[in-house]
Amino acid sequence: MTSAPLEYEAVIGLETHCQLRTATKIFCACATEFGSVPNTQVCPVCMGYPGVLPVLNQKVLEYAVKAGLALNCQIAAQSKFDRKQYFYPDLPKNYQISQYDLPIAYQGSLEISDPADPQRSKRIGITRLHMEEDAGKLVHGGSERLAGSTYSLADYNRAGVPLVEIVSEPDLRSGAEAAEYAQELRRVLRYLGVSDGNMQEGSLRCDVNISVRPRGQATFGTKVEIKNMNSFNAIQRAIEYEIERQISALEQGEAIVQETRLWDDARQQTLSMRVKEGSSDYRYFPEPDLAPICLGTEVLDQWRSDLPELPAAKRRRYQEVLGLSAYDTRVLTDDLEVAQFFEATVAAGAPPKAAANWITQDISAHLNREKLKLADLSLTPTALAEMIQLIEGGVISNAAGKEILPDLLTQGGSPKDLVAQKGLGQVSDPLVLQEVIARVLTDNPRELEQYRGGKTKLLGFFVGQVMKATGGRADPKLTNELLRTSLAAAVAQS
Amino acid sequence: MLDREQVRKVALLARLQITPEEEAKLALDLGNILDYIRQLNELDTQAVPPTNRALETVNVSRPDQLSICDQREAILQAGPAVEGDFFRVPKIL
Ligand SMILES: [Zn+2]
Repeated sequence: MTSAPLEYEAVIGLETHCQLRTATKIFCACATEFGSVPNTQVCPVCMGYPGVLPVLNQKVLEYAVKAGLALNCQIAAQSKFDRKQYFYPDLPKNYQISQYDLPIAYQGSLEISDPADPQRSKRIGITRLHMEEDAGKLVHGGSERLAGSTYSLADYNRAGVPLVEIVSEPDLRSGAEAAEYAQELRRVLRYLGVSDGNMQEGSLRCDVNISVRPRGQATFGTKVEIKNMNSFNAIQRAIEYEIERQISALEQGEAIVQETRLWDDARQQTLSMRVKEGSSDYRYFPEPDLAPICLGTEVLDQWRSDLPELPAAKRRRYQEVLGLSAYDTRVLTDDLEVAQFFEATVAAGAPPKAAANWITQDISAHLNREKLKLADLSLTPTALAEMIQLIEGGVISNAAGKEILPDLLTQGGSPKDLVAQKGLGQVSDPLVLQEVIARVLTDNPRELEQYRGGKTKLLGFFVGQVMKATGGRADPKLTNELLRTSLAAAVAQS
Repeated sequence: MLDREQVRKVALLARLQITPEEEAKLALDLGNILDYIRQLNELDTQAVPPTNRALETVNVSRPDQLSICDQREAILQAGPAVEGDFFRVPKIL
């Protein structure tokens, strides 16, 4: 007798570190710019000199609270900073100022669309969100490859750069869900304008906690931490790899070791990282140099009212109110810049569906081809709306729109002027069209005779002649109508 | 009282190198300090909120305004070792 193979389920939580987009560091007035000459953005405060006084950056508090509000969190009535002690050469003070037991925000949630069925959504719990300072950067450089090298090079420009750490509940069940959660989190932070979420520059870093258990088991399996993923794709693949690894270990009767593993992107696998025993005893204690935070309802109400429409609400509105497809909605709302361009186009008078089509198709194709962003274009939402209205109003054809678009994208200007300049205006004046039709009938006596003889299929031929005579600008619908009338009159005369 | 194992752990966490003789002395000294503080246990603090900080100020913050520190060279030179624009630090695996 063989028993059915066990079905496993993964239990996944994410810890996301996100750099806040401020001009200065969290506790001193040094710059936060990425990629500057090493150790040019340092001062006695962020270098941990004795006797200095760290003071909290107002923007950091505001951005952290706004992020907490956007993630449906409770905002702490009382919050404080703590020192997390450990020794590492990237940490000038030998402690990191973080928040331990009274984080600024807690108990929230983030709604993501279910990757298995994008029409459905799933709420992922947010355990907490806290403020902390980043550490410096260690460069091992060429020396690392030399055997016996005994030193590293430290750049403290990043030490003291403001971060929020956002910890999710273990509500995620697959690599795809975790990647979707991370992307949605980044989208929310970018909509808020509190972070650029650039993974390549390290402004967004995700650590994953993952365990597997037989489906139906209430207790969690032993959890493993994975670090070092620098794209959403890497998050998904690292989790998928780790789920497989843990299941096959369990099936072979091996125990899962609680440990930290690093994702190796080149080898597409996670590798065990040895951590010294006892090093996780951080001995947190309250930071004596920083005052606690007690936010009043006024400032909280103010910040709450500053919140923009968030991605999930925008997606719902685009589909339910504007009637856009799920696909158009996703493309338009992924980046706030694109959503704003779309909304400005609609506000300037373009029908939503037509505006969505031009943005997600011709304009997106141009941006991808030229590796540009919307802000780089000369085309304004007002000009796009004007062009769409020219098409909708029958002044120009869709083809004429496509013809002037490249100029609008690169040179800007007014669509109306371009249409006049290029002579692309659709001819929809009945008097003008009548004249053209009369000329076409006179110039083609043989075909007119055949038409009279019953060969009514020649209507298409006459339409073609009118188009030819107008350079393709005749309003097709009106031309058809007028031609039918003129031909009927000619038949009646004979 | 503090045992020597606890003293060794605290020394390791603080990156202090101590001799076996110092271990014995520190176990005694630190033990005495803890005993002294332990006297507070006589009081009933059930209803007293923890004091995180002696000063009663709250919400001290500064505007997000850039000010470039002109002490870069001095800060670099104060490091134990410098290589180019970097501090040279022990390599930790
Ligand atoms: Zn500084």
